[in-house]
Amino acid sequence: MTDQTASDPLTQKLLERAAPSRAEFEDLVIVPIFAVIVALAVGALVMLATAVDLPTIGQSYVALVRGSVGSLNALSETLTAAAPLVLAGLGLALGFRAGLFNIGAEGQIVIGGLVAVIVGFSFAGLPWAIHLPLALFAGALAGALYASIAGWLRAATGAHEVITTIMLNLISYRILDYVLRQPFVQREGRADPISRSVLDSAQLPGLLTWIDPNLRVHAGVFLVVLAVIVVYWLLFRTKVGFEFRASGKNPDAARYAGIRASFIIVAAMACAGALAGLAGANQVLGVLDRASPGFSAGIGFDAISVALLGRSHPVGVLFAGLLFGALEAGGRQMQVDAGVSVDLIGIIQALIIVFIAAPLLVRAIFPWGFRKSEAGRNE
Amino acid sequence: MDIELRGITKRFGPVVANAGVDLHVRAGEVLGLLGENGAGKSTLMNVLCGLYAPDEGEIVIDGRPVTFDGPSDAIAAGIGMVHQHFMLVPVFTVAENVILGIEPTGQLDFLDRAAARRQVREIGDQYGLRVDPDALIEELPVGVQQRVEIIKVLFRSADVLILDEPTAVLTPQEVEEFFGIVRALRDAGKAIIFITHKLDEILEISDRITVLRGGRVAGQGDPETLTTRQLAEMMVGRPVSFDVEKAAYAPGDVLLEVRELTVLRNNDEIAVDDVSLAVRSGEIVGIAGVQGNGQTALIEAITGLRHPAGGSIIYDGRDITHSSVRARHAMGIAHIPEDRQRTGIIGDFTIAENMVLNSYYDDRYASGPSIRWPEVMQHAARYAADFDVRTPSVHAKAFQLSGGNQQKLVVARELTRDTKLLIAAQPTRGLDVGSVEYIHKRIVEARDEGDGVLIMSSELDEIVALSDRIVVMFKGRIVAEFDAFRGPVDRNAVGLAMAGSVSEAAA
Amino acid sequence: MVAAQDISHSQRIGTPADRRARITGVVLIGLALFVAGVFSIGVTGDATFRLSRPNDVWAIPNLVLPAAPFNYIIAAVLAFLGARQFLRGGGRWTTLSLGIGLALAVAAFLVWATAGKAFSLTGMLQATMVRAVPLVLGAITGMMCERVGVVNIAIEGMLLAGAFTGALMGSLLGGVGGLIAAIGIGGLFGFILAALVVTYRMDQIIAGVVINLFVLGLTSYVSSQVFAEHRFLNNAPVFRAYKVPILGDIPVIGPMFFNQNLFVYGALVMVGVATYYLFYTRMGLRARSVGEHPRAADTLGINVYRTRYINVTVAGMIAGFGGAWFTLGSVGRFDENMTGGRGFIALAAMLFGRYHPVGALMAALVFGFADSMQQKLALLQTPIPSEFLSMAPYIATIIVVAGVVGRTRTPAAGGKPYIKE
Repeated sequence: MTDQTASDPLTQKLLERAAPSRAEFEDLVIVPIFAVIVALAVGALVMLATAVDLPTIGQSYVALVRGSVGSLNALSETLTAAAPLVLAGLGLALGFRAGLFNIGAEGQIVIGGLVAVIVGFSFAGLPWAIHLPLALFAGALAGALYASIAGWLRAATGAHEVITTIMLNLISYRILDYVLRQPFVQREGRADPISRSVLDSAQLPGLLTWIDPNLRVHAGVFLVVLAVIVVYWLLFRTKVGFEFRASGKNPDAARYAGIRASFIIVAAMACAGALAGLAGANQVLGVLDRASPGFSAGIGFDAISVALLGRSHPVGVLFAGLLFGALEAGGRQMQVDAGVSVDLIGIIQALIIVFIAAPLLVRAIFPWGFRKSEAGRNE
Repeated sequence: MDIELRGITKRFGPVVANAGVDLHVRAGEVLGLLGENGAGKSTLMNVLCGLYAPDEGEIVIDGRPVTFDGPSDAIAAGIGMVHQHFMLVPVFTVAENVILGIEPTGQLDFLDRAAARRQVREIGDQYGLRVDPDALIEELPVGVQQRVEIIKVLFRSADVLILDEPTAVLTPQEVEEFFGIVRALRDAGKAIIFITHKLDEILEISDRITVLRGGRVAGQGDPETLTTRQLAEMMVGRPVSFDVEKAAYAPGDVLLEVRELTVLRNNDEIAVDDVSLAVRSGEIVGIAGVQGNGQTALIEAITGLRHPAGGSIIYDGRDITHSSVRARHAMGIAHIPEDRQRTGIIGDFTIAENMVLNSYYDDRYASGPSIRWPEVMQHAARYAADFDVRTPSVHAKAFQLSGGNQQKLVVARELTRDTKLLIAAQPTRGLDVGSVEYIHKRIVEARDEGDGVLIMSSELDEIVALSDRIVVMFKGRIVAEFDAFRGPVDRNAVGLAMAGSVSEAAA
Repeated sequence: MVAAQDISHSQRIGTPADRRARITGVVLIGLALFVAGVFSIGVTGDATFRLSRPNDVWAIPNLVLPAAPFNYIIAAVLAFLGARQFLRGGGRWTTLSLGIGLALAVAAFLVWATAGKAFSLTGMLQATMVRAVPLVLGAITGMMCERVGVVNIAIEGMLLAGAFTGALMGSLLGGVGGLIAAIGIGGLFGFILAALVVTYRMDQIIAGVVINLFVLGLTSYVSSQVFAEHRFLNNAPVFRAYKVPILGDIPVIGPMFFNQNLFVYGALVMVGVATYYLFYTRMGLRARSVGEHPRAADTLGINVYRTRYINVTVAGMIAGFGGAWFTLGSVGRFDENMTGGRGFIALAAMLFGRYHPVGALMAALVFGFADSMQQKLALLQTPIPSEFLSMAPYIATIIVVAGVVGRTRTPAAGGKPYIKE
């Protein structure tokens, strides 16, 4: 059977791949571009409404560009901000592909970061080559275990992961507050909840500090590239990835095909949690040096946006994460240069997602950007 | 009341569902509307009851053209539809379902449930449709739910009743009872459109017959003079053979043995009650029965999708009662699932991916943790060609295929694995005649090559045409067995057994 | 070949209900051991609960309980309830026993924490009611949406928008103006949610997440961009408590229900109105039919889209009202992200209350109780970290959605867009 080659013309014809359709092009390119443009325009309107004058608005958008890609430092800041977003976003994308709407990256980042910090300031005397991987691994493992709780609950009891992960996020903040006050974690001589500093041997080294010690970009970016490749391979080239995608698209059919649903749910949540935990570890070991209340800074929620914007595709997530990282970095510059609050970025990010997740809305706003017959098409 | 459809055309994108259809029905008559799945019957009726707006053509009531802006207009005009899939809210009571949309109310929008109960009882008494108004729909048997649907339509003082495939969920005996109700309604002066694809039923109940094919009227006639063969030709557009050619019955060893199996539903009710059953290689065993009598749970237990609460399953000499779904696949059990859209294929996956949905881990397609996609594509393309799956490319998404081609894809996937036992649940439901013939041919081929085959279907015709032996399930038990290989079975006896009457059955 | 089977089928079949009864039994006996071992052994002194305050019209004496004996009795009752589950468990008793058991465990905890000290039960119950306000209003919001088949994760954002608008417009127009504006802005976001999920068929969870992000971004932006400079824009009047004559003087109950501000009364009225609307009116019946079986509703001439729009918009207005509680009902000033996840606890209260307004009120009171107890614990100086107590509502919610306390039946069409041809 297997030695027989597919040689007859019909079989050959069936193997041909259709050229990417116009609709795919619109979805992948035109919609995101429009989404960003509209979001920036609405952001300008919001500034106008809060009595920011036109020159300042112009200045702030110039600052946005300058602060994100305008200099070596800007690029360094963009990459630094993008790294955790991409890592956590990859985890969420993996979950989405497996049909799990994991809102819990924030909590997984908190737990992963917390454990990475503890490992990072303990074990004095370990060589760098062991200590750093150990801390990273501990963070990933902690995130994976924490996410597995929601996965296990879903698999064993059917509890919806949206609710459980939201609750686990809120619980994680309390755990963080509690642990940071414990004597073996809290920094000596401090009354406020703040952890000890990560030892040098567990820090992700800066990459450009030889040029300027203020350039914050660190070795975490290699982690990001590696993660993108691994997740891509996992999703599209392996049996487990096939099982993830099958369960995500049609869990019933997957079960009928003999794919173990509960295993997939727990495994997908664990992978997602590991990546989010890694994002947390990346923050504390590469940027912050320590953990304090709120160190996760909402990265877990922004990562949801990143995963959605990236269409749950690893490469898409990479670009989306870079965009959001650029917005973060540029937003800070905007605040400095134009005096416009960095919170504006949050609005712009939310709007981008609205337009990405509701392509019908973009088509309604820009009817001329799309082919007519596609306008009313049902998914 | 006199209702006429003139030149109705309805398109969905490039697909023309109805092309210039004319239809006419008068008070006090039953119009039979016959057509294959996909012939445009449902679309036409949805136009008539205001759910779809026609692209061309008009609806004329008592000589006046009307337009419907929505279902409420059609209801106001006296048109009522009993849908094939019941439009009842399961967690509401009978009375709540009946009044929904035209509720009796008091002050402050207060819902007058007492009045609703009274009105439901009144209609029930008037037409002989007795139902407890306070019963929850989800707790009622389907036959009673159908009565609620009819009460709902009558409550809206409909003069035209559209009945869409009303007998699909009924036993032959319930069908007789249902026909009694239809005749009573006709004699009360209602106009009735009776939609079906079952030929003998339409000949029995209709006063006139209209046949649709490919969205057009393919013929009309008088049930007194038409034969089923003529109707079938009109419906399909060519002569149809109802017989399936099979090799002589030569069963081998027992391949599958189910012993005293008990299976529970999710709500802990007993679905399969102490069932024993055997399938030999080289024979087709058909499970007949009205939907909801435990057939689905039995098949889920045999394929490993549902854990039995008691009993055992022996396959090929091994106890597989607790084996996983995948282990059973690997031992050579193929399964064509009941609901191909929900459980058979993944619409968003490509045809190639669907083709290996339960064999991607096989050594042919995988090495180590990764899948060898080029191999998958080669095989998928050849199987698609072999099994006549009409598609431009194996890279196309499965949802783009027609129902018949989706089912051929499922059949191709299951039969190209190295199998010994084929389990097929409702293998041809909702398919056009061409696909039905093709799939029947393939199933019989599998049997002739020595596979054991277990078929479950709610279509008695299909069971009778294919099976060597027939078992009938009723309320979770096997109540009768028929040896079809000895000669034609008594369809009436099978029908009685399906309704739970076993006295004279058990051949 | 197979071993003789002389046992009848029903005996061989272990149903999930039996399993649940057994799990509940284990939980109750575990609680009994915990109460006996931690809350009873070595505890001395009496627990004094003050039931009335010095200037109350009808004073009633304090409730004084001997801590250790009282808790041993509770432990015994828990053990009895647990054992009963193994002997004759199942049915309604399982859920009921678990509820009683948890309440007893909380009582034991309070007695233990108060042993040798005194604290005001009345004051705590009053605080419980106050803290339940945004939760119950948020829960009703979620319920109104889910009952028509729209999952609302955006309660948090709607509350935040209401709080912000209440502060801003309250500063400009006074309390009533601020309240109306808050309700209006809640309705606006309800309408936006409806538009996104009904007309533009956006995924309901994503739409909710996005609204939360958007509101958080917008309010934080304005707060830091504008309020920081112009403080007068963030200085709204606060609705004071109004004591209902006579009823307000009833001990314990009076301060809790009848000596409160507009928001508490509003929340209680909303519970009644929502119950009446959902279960006793024509509109409520239609709304629920849209959430359960939209196509059936459509075939009967009920406009699915319009029903969803109206209900979700009104639900947003309720959330706007609830949001105003944060500013106009307590401090009069807006702070960034001041709702602090209460919208999600409201979601939990909705699930806990099984999509019924009265159930939601009960759940909100339980969560409000946990919230106010957390504040009191600091005063009582118990060794339990307050972080753990503040986790209680979240853990309770996880337990509820995991079905340990019995499955909740969700509206069948929830989360799915309705596509009309």
